Amino acid sequence: MLRGLAAMVSRAEPLAALEAKIAATTVDDTRLTTVPFLAQVGLRLDPDGPAAARLAAVLGSDLPGPNRAVAAGAHRVLWLGPDEWLVVAADGQEDSLVASLASAVGEDGGVIDLSSNRTGLELSGAFAREVLATCCTIDFHPRVFGPGQCVQTLIQKAGVLIDQRTDDTYLLLVRPSFAAYVAEWLLDGMLGLQADFSTR
Amino acid sequence: MFQIRCPYCGPRDEPEFKYGGQAHVAYPADPEQLSDEEWTRFLFVRDNSRGRYAERWNHAAGCRRWFNVIRDTGTHEMVGSYRSGERPEDAR
Repeated sequence: MLRGLAAMVSRAEPLAALEAKIAATTVDDTRLTTVPFLAQVGLRLDPDGPAAARLAAVLGSDLPGPNRAVAAGAHRVLWLGPDEWLVVAADGQEDSLVASLASAVGEDGGVIDLSSNRTGLELSGAFAREVLATCCTIDFHPRVFGPGQCVQTLIQKAGVLIDQRTDDTYLLLVRPSFAAYVAEWLLDGMLGLQADFSTR
Repeated sequence: MFQIRCPYCGPRDEPEFKYGGQAHVAYPADPEQLSDEEWTRFLFVRDNSRGRYAERWNHAAGCRRWFNVIRDTGTHEMVGSYRSGERPEDAR
């Protein structure tokens, strides 16, 4: 019945109102792309407990350590805390993910669908790191940060989970109600870089 | 701005954290036996010493875990941090 109800209620993209501005703002090949809906499943369990090994078989990889993300099959597993992870997959996968993960975890932990808790913003291109540096204090320089690392931090006042996917692609997961705030900061950083280039 | 070492995530800037007051204030074994003055003392009265001070912090914008920090209240030096359940001597 819940599924039927969900089908009747149309989902609103959190950044629909900013779509035109986001599409129009680039720095060379660097751009922002909205990923409005993602399947996101929260995991709470003891990494040294019995569920971890069963889960590794289902996930196709071990649970990642602090500030790490692993890609396994069609999903990514992000470290959130010493007993907490987030499994991220394409929109629509949440029900099957919850079912398979819950059967692996059993009574030894918690599995919960958190898909509506965060929306995605993908920042990609050669200047992605420079754009992040305009509004985030984490050091993303390749000597200390790279693909396969993730970090929970702040962009100005808003909490954000940043997952570096490739050398120049970052997926930012933010609360839908803070998404416009975060997007505006990133766009502002891009405009600032544009101005820097135009005066060179 | 402080840079605080979260025992789980590593060093991060202070705005990611929330302050939680003095560490190692034990909950009374039998609260009902306390006088009003003793209960008030437990709730509100904290050390206000100069020097190394053990205090609780929460990594609110990160892993959301509580942990302990040794800070020098005279110099603001962040001496080290350690997880809940560990001893101050374990701070690093």
